[in-house]
Amino acid sequence: MSKETIESSAAAIAGRVGARELSAAEVTEAALGRIAASDDAVGAYLTVLGDGAREHALRVDARIAGGESLPLAGVPLAVKDNMCLTGTRTTCGSKILENWIAPYTATAVQRLLDAGCVPVGKTNMDEFAMGSSCENSALGVTRNPYDLSRVPGGSSGGSAAAVAAFEAAIGTGSDTGGSIREPGAFCNAIGFKPTYGRISRYGLIAFASSLDQIGPLTRTVEDAALAYDAMAGFDPMDATSVDRPVETAATHLRRDLKGVRIGIAREFDTAKLGAESHACYARAYRDLEALGAELVEISLPTADYGLATYYLIAPAECSSNLARFDGVRYGLRVEGDDVQAMYEATRAAGFGAEVKRRILIGTYALSSGYYDAYYVRAQKARTLIAADFAKAFETCDLIASPAASSPAFEFNAKSDPYSMYLMDYYTIPFSLAGLPALSVPCGWVTPEGGSSPMPMGLQLAAPLFEERALLGAAHAYEVATSHATRHRPRLAEVAK
Amino acid sequence: MTAATGVSAALRSKYEAVIGIECHVELRTATKMFCGCVNEFGGEPNTKVCPVCLALPGALPVPNRAAIEHMIRAGLAFGAEIPAFSKFDRKNYFYPDMPKDYQISQYDMPLTQGGAVTYWREDGTMGRCALERIHLEEDTGKSTHAGSGDGRIAGSSYSLVDFNRAGVPLMECVSKPEIHSAQDAVAFLEALKRTLLQLGVSDVKMEEGSLRCDANVSIRLAGSAELGTKAEIKNMNSFRSVGRAIESEIDRQIDVVESGGRVVQETRGWDEARGVTISMRSKEQAHDYRYFPDPDLVPMEVSRERVEALRATLPEAPWIRFTRYTAEMGLSPTQATQLVDNVPLADFFDRCVTASKNPQQATNFILGDLSRLANESGVQVAESKVRAEDVAELVALVEGKIVNSKIAKSLLERMWAGEGSPKAIVEREGLAQTSDPGAVARFVDEVLAANPNVVADFRAGKTNVAGFLVGQIMKASRGKADPELVNRMLREKLAASDE
Repeated sequence: MSKETIESSAAAIAGRVGARELSAAEVTEAALGRIAASDDAVGAYLTVLGDGAREHALRVDARIAGGESLPLAGVPLAVKDNMCLTGTRTTCGSKILENWIAPYTATAVQRLLDAGCVPVGKTNMDEFAMGSSCENSALGVTRNPYDLSRVPGGSSGGSAAAVAAFEAAIGTGSDTGGSIREPGAFCNAIGFKPTYGRISRYGLIAFASSLDQIGPLTRTVEDAALAYDAMAGFDPMDATSVDRPVETAATHLRRDLKGVRIGIAREFDTAKLGAESHACYARAYRDLEALGAELVEISLPTADYGLATYYLIAPAECSSNLARFDGVRYGLRVEGDDVQAMYEATRAAGFGAEVKRRILIGTYALSSGYYDAYYVRAQKARTLIAADFAKAFETCDLIASPAASSPAFEFNAKSDPYSMYLMDYYTIPFSLAGLPALSVPCGWVTPEGGSSPMPMGLQLAAPLFEERALLGAAHAYEVATSHATRHRPRLAEVAK
Repeated sequence: MTAATGVSAALRSKYEAVIGIECHVELRTATKMFCGCVNEFGGEPNTKVCPVCLALPGALPVPNRAAIEHMIRAGLAFGAEIPAFSKFDRKNYFYPDMPKDYQISQYDMPLTQGGAVTYWREDGTMGRCALERIHLEEDTGKSTHAGSGDGRIAGSSYSLVDFNRAGVPLMECVSKPEIHSAQDAVAFLEALKRTLLQLGVSDVKMEEGSLRCDANVSIRLAGSAELGTKAEIKNMNSFRSVGRAIESEIDRQIDVVESGGRVVQETRGWDEARGVTISMRSKEQAHDYRYFPDPDLVPMEVSRERVEALRATLPEAPWIRFTRYTAEMGLSPTQATQLVDNVPLADFFDRCVTASKNPQQATNFILGDLSRLANESGVQVAESKVRAEDVAELVALVEGKIVNSKIAKSLLERMWAGEGSPKAIVEREGLAQTSDPGAVARFVDEVLAANPNVVADFRAGKTNVAGFLVGQIMKASRGKADPELVNRMLREKLAASDE
């Protein structure tokens, strides 16, 4: 099987497998071969499924032989390690779940399998999805395929790197404050977070329940749309999933932006990102205009409070969500003299520093006497931020902004937690408002002191449930600009 | 620990007890509160569990609609308001039998607000206690501590947890401190229990833990409005123990105060065998449960239409029925309670009374012979072959002196056997009472003539032989003679011939 096949899009692979030009088994073998060749260097996967993947592939081939038409037939799938897949280790990048085998499958993953995907492995992530570089993983290091000295972003860095290194065609990610979009931007991928409630969270290990949303990481917008179409829709197992019909996106991809009003927030001044980045985004906005879009200046006066708001709400929820990791029923247990000592020893040994930091912040924010000052105020701020977006969308159809505060940085460059949090400055407000948003490659910038050009990401966002319009527009931009294919990952050469 | 000595009535009346009751009631639903696992008592440990109620990573709760409806119906039955919006909150604390290490509960916006339990005492007087709150939450699992001999955690070497009960829908019901005697506390609980039973929302079985209750007890000088320091009494496993425990605790607190001490805020356990409460732990440091709205569950909107539709399903409230039976129909409190506690029987009774308009006679038949027959056969009256209309007919036959009580008794047995309308039996078999004085006089004369020795005994002062003579006369009439008439004529004749 040719290199071109494994490097082609999910749509192309599914087309060929559906036409029986290729078998899912052959595609899977090729993907496993690519992983074997390059993943020692990239480190995208915590678990490679091997024979498990081969079995899935045989089932897909049997379904194809049985006459089924599968939109993602044989497409190699990388599953972020905070999503359950029956019989596989599901670690959340944490020592506390290092050896936990999921006895059930997350709804979103199951829907991708139903559509014909073949899971080839579980990908690395910041522990419990808390981080923006994958450096908070307790179980492994993931490197950016475009420069191995740099991070892939996070928290869905493993899936982003796997897709970038052609080790999978679709990766699942989860986005709480930017955890799909930022690694998408860092790894030259499409990182798409749909509307909150659009894709079931059942089987996604919770970080912050009111913000967590599953979405795809892919190399093309069309693939993101196909994955979204497969995953989206009501799930009776998730009380926050929305019971309303899904407008399929893959059928409505556009070639131009005529009649689309795109809002640029005056508060998101790209000049502070440095000259190269500033120029990159300025050109991206001009390209949108060139495609027929009307650029509209909008104001998001409360967006600047996004980070502060987020770092109260998300830790508050996580402090409660992560209580269940107590050593009683599953996962790591460190014995103690009594149950209290066991709890303390288990959680001290099982959680990393960032997870502990957020549990402490969240516990504090919910404590009696501080609840009103922190948690309640943050909720009010969240309402105001969402109202700002609602107002902005009265004058525009989409909003464009940077997807991250910088291109991929070097390991250990953000040792101060706050500087790491700032990476998600542009993505967090959209998360707080529950809006659908994605990052799409918009150029290349060679960072100061860097040797390789690194991908840049443009964030596009839409009103609630306007995924079709969002993906349609991103497709027009992607096809017209072709930024993604301008450079190849360094790794592809290594792997050859 | 000091055993409460008997406190004198005089000392008792110097103080007033203030009691609040806190109950947990497991709701009867097909499945658990937030997952599809079966909700039923017992079973092999950890066989009624799933990713959700075990709190496996990634599992999410989905609320049980039936449990929410049970709550709304219970609230309406207690006269509570049903707000248009409600939500679930998380109560955060670590405990090994609580899988998520938080409990999904309701904090500031429960499904129901206000309401009261109206109860009655043995003497038929009524009482009322307002509710502080009723809310919906989920039950925990159960821990078993091994190696300590007494099953307690202290000294145990390991603990086992059974999660079958984890996630069972649980109603917490807290009364205001408006109860002032152990008897009233028990009456409150009985009223609560029969209301919930009759709504069909719970089995309310203390022995299976589907009803668990604690009592907060304090005392104050009679006439004072201030609340004293309370003790929370736990470990009571029957209504009787609740009554005894409260009595004992009131006495203990009076003893403490009378001997110059102060009641301390603490949790005390009821020791059934010794009949005393024992200090378990003194005032815990106030727990900070860090309540916040559960982000996995969307707020609930309860439409007025839904509330009214549920209100329409409510049975008559037990206390209203009790009042109807006692105040309107003149039944004794015991009779009324017996009926109210057996809804099908009370419904049967109501149908009888509608047809006959003689509640006391109907009560006598229903709580007397019919209940006896029901006990003997194991078939409930309401499910027997006896129709309420037939009983009403029999009431009319007795009332119209068509049959006497003896015939009525035999008719009840025949109705029980399925013979149908008593009127038809009476007509068919000529069982109507003989009230014709001429006919009765003939029976009396016949019997007096046949028993000269007995008549002589009577005249000699053995007046108790009259009963024998009545029996003989009734027998001669094949039971049909009007017993009143028989009595009167017999005494007249004995007196007349005496002269």
